[in-house]
Amino acid sequence: MRNLLQVRMLRSVLASKFPPISRLSLRVPASQYSATASAIPAPNTQPEIHFNKIFINNEWHDAVSKKTFPTVNPSTAEVICQVAEGDKADVDKAVNAAKQAFRLGSPWRRMDASHRGLLLNRLADLIERDSAYLAALETLDNGKPYALSYSVDLSVVVKCLRYYAGWADKNHGKTIPIDGDYFCYTRHEPVGVCGQIIPWNFPLFMQASKLGPALATGNTVVMKVAEQTPLTALYVASLIKEAGFPEGVVNIVPGYGRTAGAAISSHMDIDKVAFTGSTEVGQLIQQAASRNLKKVTLELGGKSPNIILSDANLEDAVEQAHSAVFFNQGQVCCAGSRTYVQEDIYNEFVERSVERAKKRVVGDPFSLQTEQGPQVDEAQFKKVLGYISAGKRDGAKLMCGGGVAADRGYFIQPTIFGEVKDNMTIAREEIFGPVMQILKFKTLEEVIERGNDTQYGLAAAVFTRDIDKAHYISAALRAGTVWVNCYNVCGVQAPFGGYKASGNGREFGEYGLEAYTEVKTVTIKVPAKPTGS
Amino acid sequence: MSAIEVEKNRVGETSSACKGNKHNMTTTPGDTQNHDPNPSAAPPGLPIPVSDLEVKYTKIFINNEWHDSSCGRKIPVYNPATGEKICEVEEGDEEDVDKAVKAAKEAFQLGSVWRRMDASDRGRLLNKLADLVERDQLILATMETIDSGKLFLIAYFVDLMAAIKTLRYYGGWSDKIQGRTIPVDGEYFTFTRHEPVGVCGQIIPWNFPLLMFIWKIAPALCCGNTVVIKPAEQTPLTALHMAALMKEAGFPPGVVNVVPGYGSTAGAAIASHMYIDKVAFTGSTEVGKLIKEAAGKSNLKRVTLELGGKNPNIIFADADLDHAVEQAHHGLFFNQGQCCLAGSRIFVEETIYDEFVRKSVERAKRRVLGNPFIPGVDQGPQIDKKQFDKILELIESGRKEGAKLECGGSPWGDKGLFIQPTVFSDVTDEMRIAKEEIFGPVQQIMKFKTLDEVIKRANSTHYGLVAGVFTQNINKALTIASSLQAGTVWVNCYNAMSSQCPFGGFKMSGNGREMGEYGLQEYTEIKTVTIKIPQKNS
Repeated sequence: MRNLLQVRMLRSVLASKFPPISRLSLRVPASQYSATASAIPAPNTQPEIHFNKIFINNEWHDAVSKKTFPTVNPSTAEVICQVAEGDKADVDKAVNAAKQAFRLGSPWRRMDASHRGLLLNRLADLIERDSAYLAALETLDNGKPYALSYSVDLSVVVKCLRYYAGWADKNHGKTIPIDGDYFCYTRHEPVGVCGQIIPWNFPLFMQASKLGPALATGNTVVMKVAEQTPLTALYVASLIKEAGFPEGVVNIVPGYGRTAGAAISSHMDIDKVAFTGSTEVGQLIQQAASRNLKKVTLELGGKSPNIILSDANLEDAVEQAHSAVFFNQGQVCCAGSRTYVQEDIYNEFVERSVERAKKRVVGDPFSLQTEQGPQVDEAQFKKVLGYISAGKRDGAKLMCGGGVAADRGYFIQPTIFGEVKDNMTIAREEIFGPVMQILKFKTLEEVIERGNDTQYGLAAAVFTRDIDKAHYISAALRAGTVWVNCYNVCGVQAPFGGYKASGNGREFGEYGLEAYTEVKTVTIKVPAKPTGS
Repeated sequence: MSAIEVEKNRVGETSSACKGNKHNMTTTPGDTQNHDPNPSAAPPGLPIPVSDLEVKYTKIFINNEWHDSSCGRKIPVYNPATGEKICEVEEGDEEDVDKAVKAAKEAFQLGSVWRRMDASDRGRLLNKLADLVERDQLILATMETIDSGKLFLIAYFVDLMAAIKTLRYYGGWSDKIQGRTIPVDGEYFTFTRHEPVGVCGQIIPWNFPLLMFIWKIAPALCCGNTVVIKPAEQTPLTALHMAALMKEAGFPPGVVNVVPGYGSTAGAAIASHMYIDKVAFTGSTEVGKLIKEAAGKSNLKRVTLELGGKNPNIIFADADLDHAVEQAHHGLFFNQGQCCLAGSRIFVEETIYDEFVRKSVERAKRRVLGNPFIPGVDQGPQIDKKQFDKILELIESGRKEGAKLECGGSPWGDKGLFIQPTVFSDVTDEMRIAKEEIFGPVQQIMKFKTLDEVIKRANSTHYGLVAGVFTQNINKALTIASSLQAGTVWVNCYNAMSSQCPFGGFKMSGNGREMGEYGLQEYTEIKTVTIKIPQKNS
């Protein structure tokens, strides 16, 4: 999954009329007693770059090749700085460090599980301390609105780390009443060296969501961050060191997918690889992993149906469907990019959605009024514009937007297509941009069939007041997550992942521990089974 | 230190064990036993007690505010090392319990701040509380020592550390208490909600005042309950300090209410209160029965009890003897013997019996008594005169019934409630000292021949809290571990407690389990929600 968001926050942040600042700060806590509170500090629009190298063994390294690559500010298309370009040789170094940190008897292996939790909590505290800086850096490198970087991304990063900190000493094995005179128990052991390859749409949050469960369960990590957005992950690396993680436990290698990423997925000494990104690359990873049969978890693409029944609260459904697709510039793997609307409310829904999209504020992501920043890079920008052309060509009705939104940077107008048919490219392929497709349906059976008619199965939603319909549809849809009367509600406590080509495995929640745990069955011969047990 | 010095200490040294007073109760050079009494000579890096501790909180804590008692009475609080009064604390009674329950009920009403709070935020509050306890670790450890007589370094490194860890442990559980969805027969959708029980009454003892406070409130709050807690009348001070920290951490008013008072009044009011949904008690088996009876007579409130023990510690001939002697020593003498999990029946295989007794006596004689603030002191005073007299009476019964007194057996010093480390050998199963919980520094060593025999004898008690076994033989270890009727069995270790592990008693040592994931069950009501649906699919 490339996205994940925290989203109660979203609901208030993106609520109908775009947010006066007071509304943003209103968000999280239901009360003054809540432990979290956030008023958004003024952004530093030119955050200083402290770290741009490869992080191995708690130290900074140049690339073995001495090569660097530029990272670009998508709001201006200007280069922010050069970053060391990791490749196979650097991945090898990182894997060696991670292997060393994982050897029997190492400080990391001998550490109390509760202490791993303490370190993760410390890391959360440090990130919380530096939230304003990290949010600004995230916005600079990725283009997402600063108000959201701060109140959504940073907040959920901290929550995610704290959540998994709590699991560290709660990943219980079992004792098992096996037949015969044996005593049998399971140990939940870490898998070993984990390769993690993360995307650019939620750089910090993807990092936390990968590190949290891996470190809680005692693994060591070699992480490749996206070449578009390496900066915040490298800063967090410095906090990992500050928090007191032993050297080699986390190693971070910025680089490209086809070089550093490929080296990770095919590495013989990596025990597990976790990837979040496109379905296309996910297939390559799974193939490369077959070399040493490393374990694979994949969070991939989606073309998620969002089904609006005619008895829904229309105003709420319009707003939720809007956020479902436009959040984070549409760069969300669980984006609700097929909005199915029942025919008797179709016209009104389209009309209100267009009205809402036209009000969307696109511009400087450091402005607190901005709802939508630029797409992450030129390649994505062009790809999205290509899909918009395809939509027009295939005969969908362009209701608003459809063009470039600024004369520099990678801004795209919020775009809505009506009268979209299931066989159109824009109804089948993941656009990953601010482009909404609204489709019409008549019956429940029909919309379930059409909703499921896709290679993907990441998320889905249904809006209705009817309890029977809600249960029927949520059971019928082939998707890893179904939201009822809400969208993008991804608590770190709840598992997230895909059916079908949207991925393998689940992240988050207790389920997320499984991917990072090897189960060892220990069976001991005992003299005789005591009576009465 | 040498045995000779200890001897001199016991016989010749007459200075008071602890000369503290209300404002300087910690370390006055030269005021303890013989060996190196100067605290400034303490090894560097050790925590230093607060020298002029101020007791700030002496009232009843309800709704995040301090209240005088309704009856106008006060409880005198003594330093058991000196016998001097530290301060007076407001004495809560039935009326105060009523006020506290009302506050707790209000805090638990549907739609309240506490009920609407995200589970993860409850976890944050517990973690914040842990940070505050860590900040005040010196204050709390000093206060605990003055109030209970336990060793300062133990209070600091054992009690306080365990308290902090427990808060963090349950802080982590708060958003992981998961219900289930259930594949019920028929056209239904069924799920469970794990809901808090409601208002929880908690009655805690004096042997680990702060740690017991945390053991009780942490799982209760983690699950979203509200609490009315009564600390022991002997040791109310750290609980009241904790109340202030809970307010500082940001717990809403009424979520935790602390009512110091006596068991027969405030405790009884809690146990029989009609608006308390659950009562948790740690203390004696005798009082545990009263609590359960009161709960049954009043409103069938849920009951968890952590009660007494007469715990067997079984030493086989193949064990690492020195290790076993040391562990058995600490298993009994830790915390002046005032532990429900004390290993107070030591069964030693006959081929090593004499040597084990000799080494145990030698070890006990090396034990240093004195001012609990001084590094190097191993044993402080008993908690109060009543306990002190009870222990001496049981020692006397041991002598009379024919056990062999190997060492100790008498009070120590001329001030404070100290008892010499005492070892009995040739103890037989029917003696009172082999059957009754002594709760003092008195070790019973018995002899056994066979595995089957020792299992039978070890289980021949109405208690079942913990047990220990020392052996290198994996088969013996596992056989004993599965045969003993005890809530916890330690193999080649003793007193190895942690927040992750459940703790509680078989038989009359209690009902229910505290700590670990199991501890959550006691603070959770399960609600099954079943919804008719139009059509079921797998």
